[in-house]
Amino acid sequence: MKTILSGNEAIARGAYEAGCLVACAYPGTPSTEILENTIQYKEIDSSWAPNEKVALEVAIGASFGGGRALCTMKHVGVNVAADPLFTLSYTGVRGGLVLVAADDPEMHSSQNEQDSRNYAKFAKVPMLEPADSQECKEFTRLAFELSEKYDTPFMLRSSTRISHGKSVVELGERATGLAIPKLDKNPAKLVMLPGNARVRHPLVEQNLINLSKAAVSMPFNRIEIRDTSIGIITAGICYQYVREVLSNASTLKLGMVNPLPYDLIREFAAKVDKLYVIEELDPFIEDQVKAMGINVIGKEIISICGELTPGRLRAAFGLPKPAVAPTEKMPGRPPNMCPGCPHRGVFFALNQLKAYVTGDIGCYTLGFMPPLSAMDTCVCMGASIGMATGVTKVVSDEEKKKVVAVIGDSTFLHTGVNGLMDMVYNNSPATVIILDNSITAMTGRQDNPASGFTLMDKPTNAIDIPLLCKALGVKYVRVVNPLDLEETKRVIAEEMDRPEPSVVITNKPCVLIKRDDVFQKGPVYAVAEDKCSGCRACLKIGCPAIEWRPAEDGSKKGKAYIDSLLCTGCDVCRQLCKFDAIGSVGSVK
Amino acid sequence: MSNSITNILLVGVGGQGILLASEILSEAAMLAGFDVKKSEIHGMSQRGGSVVSHVRYGTEVFSPIVPEGEGDILFGFELMETFRSLPLLKPHGTVVANDLKISPPSVLMGQESYPSGLSEKIKREFDDFLLLDGQKLASDAGNVKTANTVLLGAVSKRLNISEEFWMNALEKMVPAKALEVNKKAFRLGREL
Repeated sequence: MKTILSGNEAIARGAYEAGCLVACAYPGTPSTEILENTIQYKEIDSSWAPNEKVALEVAIGASFGGGRALCTMKHVGVNVAADPLFTLSYTGVRGGLVLVAADDPEMHSSQNEQDSRNYAKFAKVPMLEPADSQECKEFTRLAFELSEKYDTPFMLRSSTRISHGKSVVELGERATGLAIPKLDKNPAKLVMLPGNARVRHPLVEQNLINLSKAAVSMPFNRIEIRDTSIGIITAGICYQYVREVLSNASTLKLGMVNPLPYDLIREFAAKVDKLYVIEELDPFIEDQVKAMGINVIGKEIISICGELTPGRLRAAFGLPKPAVAPTEKMPGRPPNMCPGCPHRGVFFALNQLKAYVTGDIGCYTLGFMPPLSAMDTCVCMGASIGMATGVTKVVSDEEKKKVVAVIGDSTFLHTGVNGLMDMVYNNSPATVIILDNSITAMTGRQDNPASGFTLMDKPTNAIDIPLLCKALGVKYVRVVNPLDLEETKRVIAEEMDRPEPSVVITNKPCVLIKRDDVFQKGPVYAVAEDKCSGCRACLKIGCPAIEWRPAEDGSKKGKAYIDSLLCTGCDVCRQLCKFDAIGSVGSVK
Repeated sequence: MSNSITNILLVGVGGQGILLASEILSEAAMLAGFDVKKSEIHGMSQRGGSVVSHVRYGTEVFSPIVPEGEGDILFGFELMETFRSLPLLKPHGTVVANDLKISPPSVLMGQESYPSGLSEKIKREFDDFLLLDGQKLASDAGNVKTANTVLLGAVSKRLNISEEFWMNALEKMVPAKALEVNKKAFRLGREL
């Protein structure tokens, strides 16, 4: 049967067809939808882990128990999971294990554009790279089989365009006859102490050599001879752009990018006059081809930065640019916190308090944007708390009071807890604000260990975040309603002033949570035109439901207007109006 | 159409239902026997940012994104986003757009104005420009929420996919309780 699937849907399908039993992940764009799709296959136990390291460890355990296991993450998630990954290559697997790393060239939704292929080489793990959804499905299934055959984890590299692109896929059946998982003690293989690891390491090196040789005849690495004046080595989405723009060029399409099939590269290089490597991000293939002593053109014409597009490839080869309609500068349309978002009031208060805010990864990173403009640093998941501690180590006592870390509930549980442990242990005077909106919002509302539900939508224990903070030794833990501006500002100011570690936790849910009993929309608000003085105070929170409308006579006077379709009745704007011009519809006129 | 590939761009603002419309379009093209690819960016764009969805179909499609200047049809859900994406269209391409303005943050805050005269500028560049009042047409169809479907109907008339495949795609992608009104809205758009 043929159907249209995204790359992520196809990877989930591939895992199903491969007989995968366990899938584990922490959400991260562009990888999130893989686990949101494995849940449709009841044979797969799918779960969210608190972070990528735990996710990989769960998958490793499932593999050691004898079952096939999938673990997925975005590129930066591999940094978190790197510790187990680098030793997993030594132990190898029992059940096949596939780690999907989804890269984000162009940083559509990421803080850097690291190239995961380097991890495959660094960690000595073979890596496949699909070029469309059909290959996503095929390569996932194949990766499981090869993982067991070569006794090694396999990585599958995706990218935003592959994961979120859709194309036609022919579905297959689920594999049968796989070994039934059962405990099997094999400490010489699975206990990586020096004595055992010294035995395993040479096997890993030999494995990579064997795979490089075997890959020459594996069908996913293929030479396509067309015009031989130009030969292009490429893989993944770049292959599609090459076929689109340079349709006559000969290609060596690599399905496996680590280890490279050296003999096949030599064979291809000998068949063409001029050799290119077309790849996004780092010169990963190019450097290795050059190290083989083969003359090749790559990053001289294709940027290391950003994603490749057909237009950029066309420009790289000096092909004419098509005539296009003239354009002109227009107002941008950046993303924004939703109407009624409970983060808004916190950032408004932090702005007013002139805090130095160490930030973290989530929707609330948008607190950086004007008019809230209340975030000063953002580096990686969980970093806010450690950074706040570090800043207070070097600045004056007066400036120490300005330092506030903000972190979401999911990010706090991901890697923020350790930062708070350190803050208490080493007695930092900074303040931590945990923006608990009961969900992992940025990636599309995934449950987490504090939300009370599993990925399979089963009720479960919800971590009590205030109690957890107290258990870590924080003496001052205060819970505030972030929709009450005065209270929020007062509590944050008091805790900023305190020369000891303290935590403020906000307690309003994300407005997008689907469960009926979580987010409750209030009465919709409106502006009483006769009372509105046009002072613009309500615009300072940057709510998308509030619009400034200039006066019809063209004078500078104007009035605020609330879009009743967007308003959630959060009441924050009413608290900013000194003229009582804002209230629920019916209460104002 | 270059290389017998049809290139369609669906543009607008996060939350407008662009992804569903592009899914219906892709499904219809697949049912009609074409190879189909589609690409868009999720993530940050969900928070009210600009969204561009690319749909390409034909005998064999390679790139999932439409090469700049090769778009056949620009399907605009919002006026400023329609204008912003004009450079993706080929000369003499087709524009089907909803006459709807959604203010971005800088306009909401009164720092910039929503650009004026956009539809006139589009008309000057592209002869085949259909500007529709999607909301009004949708309420004529019986439900104001079907504006996207009316517009999709108008786009469908310009594509080589027969009506039965569109209906099959709607049946697959639209929830049963909203199916009839969406079919009606689609036919209304198709007759424009």
